[in-house]
Amino acid sequence: MLILTCPCCGVTGEETEFHAGGQAHLQRSGPGASDEAFEAYLFARENPRGVHFERWRHANGCGKWFHAARCTLTLEVFGTYSAQTTQPPQEVLDAIAKRRPGWTEGGK
Amino acid sequence: MRRYSAFAIAREAARHHQGWERAWRSPEPKKKYDIIIVGAGGHGLATAYYLGKNHGLTNIAVLEKGWLGGGNTGRNTTIIRSNYLQDPSAAIYEKARSLYETLSQDLNYNIMFSPRGVMMLAQTQHEIRGYQRTAYANALQGVATEFIGPQRVKELCPIIEIGGPRYPVLGALWQPRGGTARHDAVAWGYARACSDMGIDIIQQCEVTAIRSQGDKVQGVTTTKGSIDCDKLGIVVAGNSGVLADMAGFRLPLESVARQALVSEPIKPCMDVVVMANTVHGYMSQSDKGEMVIGGGTDGHNNYTQRGSFHHIEETVRALIETFPMISRLKMLRQWGGIVDVTGDRSPILSKTPLEGCFINGGWGTGGFKAIPGSGWAMAELMAKGASPLAAAFGLERFREGRFIDESVAAGVAH
Ligand SMILES: Cc1cc2nc3c(=O)[nH]c(=O)nc-3n(C[C@H](O)[C@H](O)[C@H](O)COP(=O)(O)OP(=O)(O)OC[C@H]3O[C@@H](n4cnc5c(N)ncnc54)[C@H](O)[C@@H]3O)c2cc1C
Ligand SMILES: [Zn+2]
Repeated sequence: MLILTCPCCGVTGEETEFHAGGQAHLQRSGPGASDEAFEAYLFARENPRGVHFERWRHANGCGKWFHAARCTLTLEVFGTYSAQTTQPPQEVLDAIAKRRPGWTEGGK
Repeated sequence: MRRYSAFAIAREAARHHQGWERAWRSPEPKKKYDIIIVGAGGHGLATAYYLGKNHGLTNIAVLEKGWLGGGNTGRNTTIIRSNYLQDPSAAIYEKARSLYETLSQDLNYNIMFSPRGVMMLAQTQHEIRGYQRTAYANALQGVATEFIGPQRVKELCPIIEIGGPRYPVLGALWQPRGGTARHDAVAWGYARACSDMGIDIIQQCEVTAIRSQGDKVQGVTTTKGSIDCDKLGIVVAGNSGVLADMAGFRLPLESVARQALVSEPIKPCMDVVVMANTVHGYMSQSDKGEMVIGGGTDGHNNYTQRGSFHHIEETVRALIETFPMISRLKMLRQWGGIVDVTGDRSPILSKTPLEGCFINGGWGTGGFKAIPGSGWAMAELMAKGASPLAAAFGLERFREGRFIDESVAAGVAH
């Protein structure tokens, strides 16, 4: 069972309390972007076997969206953090580096 | 290869079954092949088989990181049907279903295809309209289905409670020639026939990198060394994203865990497949007597091959209302497989940005039924560069907005 802690209200709960919202930190391409860029924004996904940054909603709780860094192979959660950011905070990256030496963002 | 037959059984019985041959060879990889297929699941093996059978190409290796048929092909609930709404889906799934009808004879291997009939229950007004529409579409596509009323549902499957209470059965989409097959036998039968044509199936051989020169594929690096090829087919289901990453492109799909469970064996009580999409559950009875039950899919990306337990609870809760007599059954086993789900819930059979590299994936929760048709189309695509059956399933559909809107068919149940 996947257990998450909501960074907004601080409640720790089982995954049935939350709703998964897919890959985090997608950058919407602006007007004038190429078709490829817009296609990638809409559909292309990292889908890694390992560290994944993703969106979650505390659906049966405070209702807020937040971000999580999680391993898709072991369900280990490296940290959860605010949705009001375009990239993972340093302490979450540090937590990942500690548990997954050699992991690099983008390089997997 | 010595053929299997009634005579062969008698012959081997007379000599204490000492003379059976191995079903397939286990060769060491050569330095180079014309074509490498990654993934010895049903789709990979069927692709290799039809490359050999339909296109005369046999200098092929199928590379498998575990054992053949050990992925989703060996983990699914084996439902076969082709009652889809859109023309491209109906075409490829019906091709597959019709190949299944004679696959045992074709492969000389009993895949136990059992066209016992598949019914998809309509439990809301919306579903009635949806399935009636599908039945009309199927009539135009040449797929034999019909919309039946609740009394006929009860006749075909007496253990169903059609009275509800929450979701009474209002009718069903009935495909009499849908059914089930033995999943392992499909993989084994294709593997044996491939091996007999000279195709090398190499197990315990994980692809760890894809090598290219310029924009063109050159070969793969594996746990058994480097192997070159002119063309590469990626057919790895839940691991499609991982292989695409090796090849340097991203795919419009994500991997999630999908579960199933079986009960203790009981006496025959149900000789059709029943799917109930509103309440999210489906069930059939295996030849051994186990009730085979399909569970839900996780909402989050997942490679654990396990899945979250609350889906089991939801599925079982729904099925107990539909089939009250199973409420005291003990469940024997539960497992999960990693399925790759695309943006429009339809598969991908396509060229890729890397020249010579093709991909067959995104079958998600429902690709067992498609194995022969998918292999047929993928072989044609790899041999000739195009295939009418595969045309609508190219990767470019996402850029061009030509989605195949089949979510009714590919959402949860299969
Ligand atoms: C629980 C469950 C129930 C299902 N029920 C149904 C159903 O009732 N009806 C239906 O039609 N479909 C069903 N499906 C879907 C169906 O199982 C799949 O769509 C289908 O089996 C996919 O076949 P495949 O050959 O593409 O993949 P797989 O059988 O998964 O084969 C892919 C192979 O690739 C190998 N591989 C992966 N990475 C590498 C690598 N790097 N190097 C070498 N090899 C690699 C894997 O080990 C694996 O053997 C179900 C799926 C699940 C999980
Ligand atoms: Zn909260």
